[in-house]
Amino acid sequence: MSRFLLRRVLFGVLVLWLVATTVFLLFFAGPADTVARRLAGPRAPIEVINQIRNTLGLDRPLWDQYLSFLGKLLHGDLGVSFISQTPVTTLIAQSLPGTLWLVFGAAVLWMTAGITGGVLSATKPRGLRDRVTTVLVLAGISLPTFVLGMLMIYLALSVFPWSGLQPGPYVSPLWDFAGFLQVMIMPWICLAVVQAAVYVRLTRGSMLDTLGEDYIRTARAKGAPERRVTYRHGLRAALTPVVTQFGVDIGTLLGGVVVTESVFGLQGLGQLMIRSVRNGDLPVIIGAAILASAFIVIANILVDVAYSFLDPRVRLA
Amino acid sequence: MRPLLRVTDVRKYFPIREGLFVQKEVGRVHAVDGVSLEVRAGETLGIVGESGCGKSTLARCITGLYPVTSGSIEFDGDPRREVQMIFQDPYGSLNPRRRIGSIIADPLVIHRVGTKAERRRRVQELMELVGLNPEHFNRFPAEFSGGQRQRIGIARALALRPRLVVCDEPVSALDVSIQAQVINLLKDLQAELGLTYVFIAHDLSVVRYVSDRVAVMYLGRIVETAAGEDLYKLPRHPYTNALLSAASVADPDLSARRERIVLTGDVPSPIAPPSGCRFHPRCPKAMPKCVTDDPRLLAQGRPEGGHLAACHFPVEPGERLGSEKAQIEQESTEPHLEKGGGT
Amino acid sequence: MSLTEASAEAEHIPEQAEAVRGKGPWQLAWERLTRDRAAMVSLGVIAVIVLLALLAPVFAAITGHGPQEAFPATGLTPEGLPVGPGSGFWLGADSLGRDLFVRILYGARISLLVGLLSTLLATLFGVVVGMVAGFYGGWVDGVLARVLDVVLSFPYLLVAIVLVAVLGASVPLMILVIAFFSFAAMARVVRGQTITYKEREFIEAARSMGASKPRTMFVDVVPNLIAPVTVLATLLIPTSIVFEATLSFLGLGVDPRTPSWGAILSDSVDYYRVAPGLLIFPAVMLLLTTLAFNLLGDGIRDALDPRGEGGR
Repeated sequence: MSRFLLRRVLFGVLVLWLVATTVFLLFFAGPADTVARRLAGPRAPIEVINQIRNTLGLDRPLWDQYLSFLGKLLHGDLGVSFISQTPVTTLIAQSLPGTLWLVFGAAVLWMTAGITGGVLSATKPRGLRDRVTTVLVLAGISLPTFVLGMLMIYLALSVFPWSGLQPGPYVSPLWDFAGFLQVMIMPWICLAVVQAAVYVRLTRGSMLDTLGEDYIRTARAKGAPERRVTYRHGLRAALTPVVTQFGVDIGTLLGGVVVTESVFGLQGLGQLMIRSVRNGDLPVIIGAAILASAFIVIANILVDVAYSFLDPRVRLA
Repeated sequence: MRPLLRVTDVRKYFPIREGLFVQKEVGRVHAVDGVSLEVRAGETLGIVGESGCGKSTLARCITGLYPVTSGSIEFDGDPRREVQMIFQDPYGSLNPRRRIGSIIADPLVIHRVGTKAERRRRVQELMELVGLNPEHFNRFPAEFSGGQRQRIGIARALALRPRLVVCDEPVSALDVSIQAQVINLLKDLQAELGLTYVFIAHDLSVVRYVSDRVAVMYLGRIVETAAGEDLYKLPRHPYTNALLSAASVADPDLSARRERIVLTGDVPSPIAPPSGCRFHPRCPKAMPKCVTDDPRLLAQGRPEGGHLAACHFPVEPGERLGSEKAQIEQESTEPHLEKGGGT
Repeated sequence: MSLTEASAEAEHIPEQAEAVRGKGPWQLAWERLTRDRAAMVSLGVIAVIVLLALLAPVFAAITGHGPQEAFPATGLTPEGLPVGPGSGFWLGADSLGRDLFVRILYGARISLLVGLLSTLLATLFGVVVGMVAGFYGGWVDGVLARVLDVVLSFPYLLVAIVLVAVLGASVPLMILVIAFFSFAAMARVVRGQTITYKEREFIEAARSMGASKPRTMFVDVVPNLIAPVTVLATLLIPTSIVFEATLSFLGLGVDPRTPSWGAILSDSVDYYRVAPGLLIFPAVMLLLTTLAFNLLGDGIRDALDPRGEGGR
């Protein structure tokens, strides 16, 4: 078990290092002076650009910059934003709450809807309920997140203006709970709809698999009521892959729900990322990318550990 | 006379590896552990034993599918073309996405035999030979029954006119009613084409029907070998006795005179085989010597009779084997042995 | 078991000379697919969209509006707002007075091009890598499987965004980026399938006949991979189309002047409250396309595996 964990952690560190290095190299392998040129503005004289490069340390040799970058990274220092001169950690700390609230709020919705839908359609495969669910799932999977978000905003502002729902930056629930709900409800639904489709599919498939297994048939044969068979025996076993997927998804989304945040202007991590990419704000980009990968790596490790507890057949050698 | 196939002290070990980046060998499965045998042209050698005794591995060593760890396999001819194999599972051994004409022609194509038209003719000839309608060469395996599929496998094995055919449990996956047909087909083909068979089975009654000589395998070793009738009339090794007693449940021919011998315990792990005689943990006759000394295959009865057994205390004619040890641990009446039928 | 010869040959029943050429698995799958109404409708929708994309220049000529041309005089109202659907502009004009209909048709070209080409690339590389890893095993598989793990644990949307930001938006880059992140999923599926097939006896049979590894791979493994690969590829197309539209919407996809669906939708952000068509029409086209490919993919999966419960 501990050997397994060690291996997973080492692999996670490897991924993080690769992500950091890739992002770092990408920016410097690109057209030279992009960063300084962008900061200085298109018509700045060459002296200004050179001065900026000097201040930011961009004129040092690549390996030198890379080493000091890695050195700082090991100490948890993500550097200072080129644009706002704010420490990257501060920027991330400011953006994190919006993303956290969005992901966990939506998770409650999509897990509820997804598992319910999956169970409903799996108990009577090929029945009416199943067909309706299948169509809804397909629609959910086919609908791009940003299109759904735009449609929702359009409906909220033009058709149901009395709802008070509106797109806007994250507001802390501690300061203004009504305002918090006003900006969060639409992103929650938007993200949840897209995710729920995936979870309905997953739960349905997994339920159908387990309901076909021997011990379920035994339970039925022993005269256990159908409801009890479905929920006590079937669902519990069927949830293993759902939990796995949930862990992976949470990890991915915590790194920034880029699209949903952008559509609704939520000012979370994803939007921070987009904004810094547009501005060429290298330290912030690298910081956000590493954070995002760290979430994914940690989530994957947790899932593997949880999996070994849920399913005794999996032995972590 | 020179034998068609001579297997000398063949060993096949499968390494067990562990480790993520650097694979370390942590153990070995002793699948075949020092087997010697000879097969003369035109005869059938049956090899029997429980699952996991190494008989299928031995078959794969003979056909060259597995390189041997040590020892030698000599074949009087071109082993690549003249040794062919018939597989156990008629569903798994035919590619479901290919037409059977092309499956049967495979060996011809691989060894670049004949033109396309000649190959087509040969395929139809083969299909007729094994009792299939030659016009069906454009069909897919899914359109055939299990017995018919095994005929396809036989036709494929015969395409290159082999001299030795290794049959790896060719009927154990078939319905009992179909088994006889396929066995009879194999016997007819042997007579017609002068084939030599190495016939692997876990079912003694099938082997008895087809074999001139029988070898009994246990944990990678041959423990007894004799001409078919000798082995059935006077089995010398306690393991052979137990196998026959298990087979008698299904075969009335054998059952009359035999009492049931119940083997206790499971087959030991081939990763760490027992010391001395490998059968001693399950043997009703085991003595201290059996734990320490590894018995060699020795002639039983007249030396020219070719009856060999590897046992310190061979079973004597008339000896009763339902010993105390076996009786004490006799919880179930079922022997820990596979009986006839599918695996 | 008794080995009597009584029933010998009873199994072989001579059959009529007709139906000698058996229906192959592909033919049967196709027949099942043609009976699947949803899949057939989807196929029709895809055909219409492809046709419209191909005929885009024809419609540009008929309306007299190029995809990049702005017509402030006719396309905008005196107040500067885009005109609605009508005889001049079939689906209305956008905020710059460009013809929305013509732009959507040209957008279909971009979407289909990106969707199909990136899927093709991802499939080619995925199949080769997955098959080599699965079939050869050993250290080759060890290295390739690790590489796939790394690619799959990358935050791909973020990396794609960074890539585009650095290298500049363009259609070829878009195709390469999407292909790179889809290929790992394809490779993993193909690797898994190859490993299962490698264990099957018919591969062993081929080896026992002396077939070389490449021959076994192409003759015996590849035909069995076609089904799962076809299904996955059909489902990768809509994913790629959405991916491209999303990046273009974020302003990081293809060149913003190119009329891609994502870019058209992104342009509409400030105007769709006054001109909902700017949102609705491209959104419907995008949804129709992805829905059609998804339905077709589901249909193909059901047709190839009639016993499976589907839905997974």
